[in-house]
Amino acid sequence: MEELRNKFPGAVEAIGTQFGETTVTLKKESLSRVCEYLKQEKGFDYLSDLTGLDLGLEAKPRFAVVYHLYSIKSCQRLRLKVRTDDDVDSVTPAWKAANWFEREIYDLLGVSFNNHPNMTRIYMPDDFNGHPLRKDYPLRGER
Amino acid sequence: MTELDKMLTIDNDSGEGVMVLNMGPQHPSTHGVLRIILKLAGEVVIDAVPVIGYLHRGIEKLMENKTYHQAITLTDRFDYLSPLSNNLAYCLAVEKLLSLQVPPRGQVLRVILAELTRIQSHLIWLGTQANDIGAITPLLYTFREREELLDLFEMAGGSRMHTSYIRIGGLMKDVPPEFMPKVKSFCDTLLPLMKDYEGLLTKNPIWELRTRGVGVISAEDAINIGLCGPTLRGSGVAHDLRKSNPYCGYEEYQFDVPVETAGDVYARYLVRLEEIRQSRGILQQAMAKLPGGPINAPISQVVPPEKERVVGDIESLINQFHIMVEGFKVPAGEVYFALESPRGELGYYIRSDGSEKPYRIKVRTPSFANLQALPALVKGRLMADIVAVIGSIDIVLGDVDK
Amino acid sequence: MGIEEKLPDNVITTTIEKFVNWARKNSLWPAGFGLACCAIEMISTAAARFDISRFGMEIFRASPRQADLMIVAGTVTNKMAPVVKRLYDQMPNPKWVIAMGACAISGGIFNTYSVLQGVDKIIPVDVYVPGCPVRPEALLDAIVKLQKKIETENLRTKQDGGIEK
Repeated sequence: MEELRNKFPGAVEAIGTQFGETTVTLKKESLSRVCEYLKQEKGFDYLSDLTGLDLGLEAKPRFAVVYHLYSIKSCQRLRLKVRTDDDVDSVTPAWKAANWFEREIYDLLGVSFNNHPNMTRIYMPDDFNGHPLRKDYPLRGER
Repeated sequence: MTELDKMLTIDNDSGEGVMVLNMGPQHPSTHGVLRIILKLAGEVVIDAVPVIGYLHRGIEKLMENKTYHQAITLTDRFDYLSPLSNNLAYCLAVEKLLSLQVPPRGQVLRVILAELTRIQSHLIWLGTQANDIGAITPLLYTFREREELLDLFEMAGGSRMHTSYIRIGGLMKDVPPEFMPKVKSFCDTLLPLMKDYEGLLTKNPIWELRTRGVGVISAEDAINIGLCGPTLRGSGVAHDLRKSNPYCGYEEYQFDVPVETAGDVYARYLVRLEEIRQSRGILQQAMAKLPGGPINAPISQVVPPEKERVVGDIESLINQFHIMVEGFKVPAGEVYFALESPRGELGYYIRSDGSEKPYRIKVRTPSFANLQALPALVKGRLMADIVAVIGSIDIVLGDVDK
Repeated sequence: MGIEEKLPDNVITTTIEKFVNWARKNSLWPAGFGLACCAIEMISTAAARFDISRFGMEIFRASPRQADLMIVAGTVTNKMAPVVKRLYDQMPNPKWVIAMGACAISGGIFNTYSVLQGVDKIIPVDVYVPGCPVRPEALLDAIVKLQKKIETENLRTKQDGGIEK
């Protein structure tokens, strides 16, 4: 992981380990380069999960996008985190699996992804207003 | 322009004979409320766009309003064909946050239940896939076998399907004495019955014509697009979370991971059939090594006391009340835990803020990831192959739509 | 010296109503409309152990235009609700609806932003079956209750499907 810090100076904000898992927090501008590097050089060829978090209205930036990478050869996991207020680069050029995961985050949280092949809602109807998984959206909907 | 608009704009070069057809959401072969918008040139599929969300119930947001214990009942409803696997994944993720260890008897019982669920899920898959392609007999046979397994679940957990039997810290209660002999007799009768199914399908020329060469995907593409489970193993990638990142003591069992290289529907069919046999092997090993002792971790803040003591003395009653009504606090942090469910990698990402309710739970469901590959699998094939491909990637809409 | 003595043994008398109701109740054809988990228990009811074929219902019609019973099995979401209504409208008269499971009756445990709290908000329901999921025996009990209800229907006053239209 220190290798990552050296290779991309300034991109890595924090590295933490908890419950046996390593989390690397990145600056959102460096996301695409780091992902390509991890995929080509370090063998993280499988994107297990891509999820989003709403850290609350007072948090700046408000949202966190979390990537769970996996290497099939070495059976290792790695978590990447990016904080943002509105948009993030899409990682679909690196892993096609990200396509629907990013659409889900856009639909439920409102974070949009640049250069995504099809940035539309996936769960809610197309004419729906609002992003349900945000903390200020009521559970029972706006009836 | 949305994807649908692009499809509906028929370009002038290939405008001859191109038709946009809607399949679903009510359709006998889509395994639930899946809608696919097809662009067809005659019978050949030019493009297929799945539209999902018709069963989106907002369970992730609902779980943020429940305590960790109450959320177990909601996990059953994601992949409703293998409910105990969902319970197990969630409970193992929470136990990772709590750094809890389940005693050996609890672990072996969990393995037994997980493998029984795997066999049950594959039996449903076999029956419904055969039914979709046109062979109606295996459906009735496999559902008959499945009833035996549902009897077992009812004996242990009280309900046929959504048992919520696996709890944080162990199990709801110990299995009754007639459980193990029934599992043993089920294992004994399984192999001759599997021979029946194979006799009907495996070397059947119609089955081979409908499934060989259909829905092919290479190993590299499969990894890149995020396929998992038997769908991935049918393309030659020997990846099984029970072997690569074992949990619940799986490293102590001897079993093979079936892999086929053809990457088509027939290959995935063979992989799942072999998985049923391997699960039977694991069941026999687990039954042989089942130890005695407690099934639950001895942490009274998390695991409620036995019912006899709850109605007997006041401290147990207060303990039970505290767990059920207020909930227990879980240390702050985040964890991602994935296990091998019958459909693939089922992962739970739980972020806790130190209180009794989870801050965010994200469920990485295998059917959602597998369904992304559908357009790539059916392009250029005939319309009738779509149904075979959907059956082979084995999706459950509760999983896809959460 | 009445009509009774003139009638041979192989003649039975009945009313048109009883006869039509008897024919209808013994050959209900369900439209295959499984939405979620209850659909699996519906398939189990149609399988070998609980054999729905005893009641004349083993053919689950794929098209609603050929069915007369709609078993709403599973959660109805707001996105799916217009589809359910359209399918109900496509069914020809006479038609009946069974709301199977807690989700179809009242939204079940999912009181969230995307779930319709009960299918009777959009279509009229004849029999409600509680359960999560509904046991096959309970579904068969519901079918028997529906058959009893059909027996007592009055052709003149039955709202959809009556002769008086």
